[in-house]
Amino acid sequence: MLENRSIMRREGILDQVAMPAEPSSVALRTLPPEARFVLRLGAGDATRNGSIAGLSLALPINRFGADASRLATRLGPDEWLLIGPDADAETMHADAARALAGTHHALVDISHRNVGMELSGRAAAVILNAGCPLDLGDRQFPPGSATRTLLGKAEVVLFRLADVPDRLGVAVPHYRIECWRSFARYVHGYLAGAAAEYAAVRN
Amino acid sequence: MLLIECPHCGPRAEIEFRCGGEAHIARPADPSALDDNAWAEFLFYRSSPKGVHAERWNHAHGCQRWFNALRDTMSDRILATYPAGAARPNITTIEAAR
Amino acid sequence: MTTAFRLPKGGRIDRTKPIVVRFNGREVPAFQGDTAASALLANGIHFVGRSFKYHRPRGIMSHGSEEPNALLDVDRGGNRREPNNRATVVEAFDGLALKSQNHWPSLTFDVGEINDRLGAIFVAGFYYKTFMWPPKFWTSVYEPIIRRAAGLGQAPTAPDPDRYAQRHAHAEVLVVGAGPAGIAAALVASEDPNKRVILCDEQAEPGGALLHDVTSEIDGVPTSAWVKAAIETLDARENVTILPRTTAFGYFNHNHVALAERITDHLRVPLTGLPRERLWQVRAGRVILATGAHERPLVFADNDRPGIMLAESLRCFVNRYAVLPGRQIVIATTGASAYRAAIDLKAAGASVTVVDLRLEGDCGTELVAAVHAGVEVLTNHTVIGSHGRQRVTGLIVAKLDGNGAVGAPRVLACDCAGMSGGWTPAVHLFSQSRGKLRFDSGLDAFVPGASVQAETSAGSCRGVYDLAATIADGAKAAGGSRAVAASPTYTSFQPARIMPAPPGQKPVKAFVDFQNDVTAKDIKLAVAEGFTSIEHVKRYTTTGMATDQGKTSNMNALGLLAGQLATEIPAVGTTTFRLPYTPVTFGTFAGPNRGDLFDPARVTPIHDWAVANGAKFEDVGLWKRAWYFPARDETMHQAVARETKAVRTSAGIFDASTLGKIEVTGADAAEFMNRIYTNAWTKLEVGRCRYGLMLKEDGYVFDDGVAARLSPTLFHVTTTTGGAPRVLAHMEDFLQTEWPDLKVFLTSITEQWAVIAVQGRRAREMIAPLIEDIALDDAAFPHMAVRTGHIAGVPCRLFRVSFTGELGFEINVPADYGQAVWEAVYESGRRFDVTPYGTEAMHVLRAEKGYIIVGQETDGTVTPDDLGLSGLVGKAKRDFVGKRSLVRPDVVATGRKQLVGLRTGDLSLILDEGAQIVADPNQTVPMKMIGHVTSSYMSANIGRSIALALVVDGRRRMNERLHVTTPNGFAQATVVEPVFLDPEGVRLHA
Repeated sequence: MLENRSIMRREGILDQVAMPAEPSSVALRTLPPEARFVLRLGAGDATRNGSIAGLSLALPINRFGADASRLATRLGPDEWLLIGPDADAETMHADAARALAGTHHALVDISHRNVGMELSGRAAAVILNAGCPLDLGDRQFPPGSATRTLLGKAEVVLFRLADVPDRLGVAVPHYRIECWRSFARYVHGYLAGAAAEYAAVRN
Repeated sequence: MLLIECPHCGPRAEIEFRCGGEAHIARPADPSALDDNAWAEFLFYRSSPKGVHAERWNHAHGCQRWFNALRDTMSDRILATYPAGAARPNITTIEAAR
Repeated sequence: MTTAFRLPKGGRIDRTKPIVVRFNGREVPAFQGDTAASALLANGIHFVGRSFKYHRPRGIMSHGSEEPNALLDVDRGGNRREPNNRATVVEAFDGLALKSQNHWPSLTFDVGEINDRLGAIFVAGFYYKTFMWPPKFWTSVYEPIIRRAAGLGQAPTAPDPDRYAQRHAHAEVLVVGAGPAGIAAALVASEDPNKRVILCDEQAEPGGALLHDVTSEIDGVPTSAWVKAAIETLDARENVTILPRTTAFGYFNHNHVALAERITDHLRVPLTGLPRERLWQVRAGRVILATGAHERPLVFADNDRPGIMLAESLRCFVNRYAVLPGRQIVIATTGASAYRAAIDLKAAGASVTVVDLRLEGDCGTELVAAVHAGVEVLTNHTVIGSHGRQRVTGLIVAKLDGNGAVGAPRVLACDCAGMSGGWTPAVHLFSQSRGKLRFDSGLDAFVPGASVQAETSAGSCRGVYDLAATIADGAKAAGGSRAVAASPTYTSFQPARIMPAPPGQKPVKAFVDFQNDVTAKDIKLAVAEGFTSIEHVKRYTTTGMATDQGKTSNMNALGLLAGQLATEIPAVGTTTFRLPYTPVTFGTFAGPNRGDLFDPARVTPIHDWAVANGAKFEDVGLWKRAWYFPARDETMHQAVARETKAVRTSAGIFDASTLGKIEVTGADAAEFMNRIYTNAWTKLEVGRCRYGLMLKEDGYVFDDGVAARLSPTLFHVTTTTGGAPRVLAHMEDFLQTEWPDLKVFLTSITEQWAVIAVQGRRAREMIAPLIEDIALDDAAFPHMAVRTGHIAGVPCRLFRVSFTGELGFEINVPADYGQAVWEAVYESGRRFDVTPYGTEAMHVLRAEKGYIIVGQETDGTVTPDDLGLSGLVGKAKRDFVGKRSLVRPDVVATGRKQLVGLRTGDLSLILDEGAQIVADPNQTVPMKMIGHVTSSYMSANIGRSIALALVVDGRRRMNERLHVTTPNGFAQATVVEPVFLDPEGVRLHA
């Protein structure tokens, strides 16, 4: 199947979206195609299995764990979202399926269902809060947090990644936003619109 | 907008949730054994108390789990949330705990 | 042009920044820091508008957001024009254009002023009494007259050029109001750096009433210095957010408070990208309300003349804006606070007389202080009227004798007057929080009683008026304490519902509600006519119902009503305070949700191809779906005829990606399907599909779709486009709450797969060259089968299904490959002249076959049997959702509407969907309606119009002639089977 994938390039729904000029206090970028799986598994079974496809499932609800290229986030008592590089899709699926053979579970490929974006910057949280009702305070939603929530009228999964240095080298919050494919232009437009005033402040 | 304590996710804004009406109305194990009145009772009749009400809520834009909540319909205060299938908490106990 | 009333020094205006605003075209010099009101008053302009009902000349009455009179049309340039702005809160900038409202042809000569002379007619309930009969006059005569006469400003017609933003915020403490109590509360609350504190205030700068207090001291420093130091402290704290120009206007459940922040209205040229306003939705652990108090006007005859203002407002204009509102000022009062205004005005150079209703012995130290400052004081005096039409020229006052009888009137000449009837705590937000108000007779006011939410009121909004006490109260509300020494505040007053007037005074207008032109007489009349509840009196007289929500008028109205009813105010009660506290723009509520962001426009992976190929789109829920593909200048009718014919003669290609898709996984997947759908799934073989019907527990059709069994434990279920979210929610609900024992997981895969439907006798030949690993012949891959493999090198789930009645496939490929695969299939189909078709052609094609669409043939009251689909009901199954309801008495009774086809007598007549059907068009009205049309199209393949309908006992009426309503009378139609083409289904196997 791998060689077949190389026949066609994945066309992302945001490929044609023009990026607004990047304001100083915020950066919004779309992510390349990735491999994603919904894993449904009883909490007890997850504990027994420990890690799947190299990712630990032993996480509190609404937290994620990540290594250099993959992440697993626990979105509910029996639900995980696994994300990895597009090229790892087959191996992630095979590894997980092997580990879970004989255990009641669902492992569903949603690589194409979701679209990812990243937002970072000093103003990142208030930009998200333009449409997201979550408390994004450092204590309430620290790095390592991830949950399904809303952004405007779209459902998203929001991850607080590790802080990153901005242009001046100051550590600033860094978020990943996942939404369903058909909502991606809306979500991107919503964030870009909310970010506009932080560009204005610089002028 | 209510602030609802999801048993799995903690306090979240009401727009993330969907309300499923009165809780603790079990679907009959054998609906065909019910006469028309009993089936209608199950299907259509619900209470709407002034005071503490047990309600079904779904954290639709969160963990997507169903759970129950005791809400005071007068003050909108949510006295407890608990997993679907669990027994309704004793309300006097909760008030004493406050 | 001179600013004759600007004082040479003082005030918080920036004298280094002179500006010019325009009022009715006239240039009005001012300074940065002025409001529209202070700019006008600095130029001696008091008369700024006409009243709502009587068109009486009105001036600026207050200095804040409670202003009932001075409503101006404000033009900020660049299509930023807005009516009904309160002059007292509009910040002035160079070039700001103001206009007066509610007059014709001009402010000074207004034809509508005749209403004032006809005042005897325009009493309370005038509309109810006058515009009653005959009924037909309502639309033709009364309503147009009322509409023309009503309203104040003119609504703008140009689109709003501004952007509006919204933000959710969370704070451990939200402090509303940055006066002394609010500042003290914020200082204490923010001492803990882990507590996030938001301090908001409606004014441009924090300080509240201290902004116009130039004489008091706090701990030995002027109040302005105290405010400055406190704000600097707060500003330095990372955990504090200070929001000036931000009104908390709504207090909702669980400490959810809505704020409106005004960001650019005070700027001459807003910075690009800055929103004009922002709606904040704050969730606070604790809310501290420090919203202050409003001064009450006095109710006396002609108390509304331009130049008659609230006493504290006079003090504000002279101290904060360095504007002398008049040179010869008479202040009428029933309390002490007005003396502070008198003293400050006197110090600024005005000649000031105080007319106090109280006896000299009832006055406090304020009396001595005023006299010492050179203010003339007349105690035990009432005000019984005023002179001056477009500007007050004098107050008519009279001494009271020992029995309270009104003595001989005399006129005190003036060019400006103050009035002070005491204070009303601003309990609006407390009341919105569902807290119960308590009447405090010592304060003559409603004050907050027990809180319902995590809320504390502090300072003058709960009747604590003394400055030092207010600061201590604010600190206490935040859980701390702060003892300060401050100058004493003059606080006491003697409530007066209406100023004593001589008996037999001719009919007068003594205004209670200035914005809605409600007089004391109106309230008396309402009581005389039998209205005793405050809720009824409010609606009958409209007192308190204007956009100012009666901030200045409510207590006077309540007091008058209590007096008329010979009872006490607590017995009368108050009306409910509702949001918004002050008017909020529609833009703030709409926020970013307009234009492209009004709703998510969901687009499929093939959307961009459809756009590039000229598709017209229709909205289906949030989806944009290709509706039809007009070639050159084709009409919709022509395009649909071409598309539907192509499918029946060769092949068509259709984007079905929006179909809902759910993976049902687990050992109990088949059992779960059995319980959710009406039909049986246990025996469905792997690799086969089945059409399923889903009911709600009430037995009515909820959704339908094809489900495929991909393995013993895996079903790929499809739903209707619109039903996708609710079907998954329905399934999850049952799985989690009724059948948690079933080993099943559900996952939405709607957007994982793009779906390309290829339909028509050439369908197989079209896709064959692209597929290597799936045998496509009829034997290996029959109708209603599913295979997995690859198409154009891409993994696919290939369904052999048909929603057209033709040989057909639905190709599911991962979404990011959808458009590329579509293009490959389309390219492959060119040799068969494959035609892309849209949703309209899809609808026609399925109707030709009598296939239902849930939501079109069904409306939530239709059973499987009504649709002729009882064959899909698994009667042998012990139970499924909705089964028991299928034997409810009303469901099994005869006389239900059943699905039939209709053939119109006129082949070209396309009936209206929703049109009613009768058996006899000549019966008397009201006719008995026996059904309605559910779908109706022109079928190019059949060469005539076709329709589906739900008709009472329809299946027993075959070949019966019925009559269908049309815009031009009844049309004849014959009942037929609801299948118009290929009833044997031969084409499926072409």
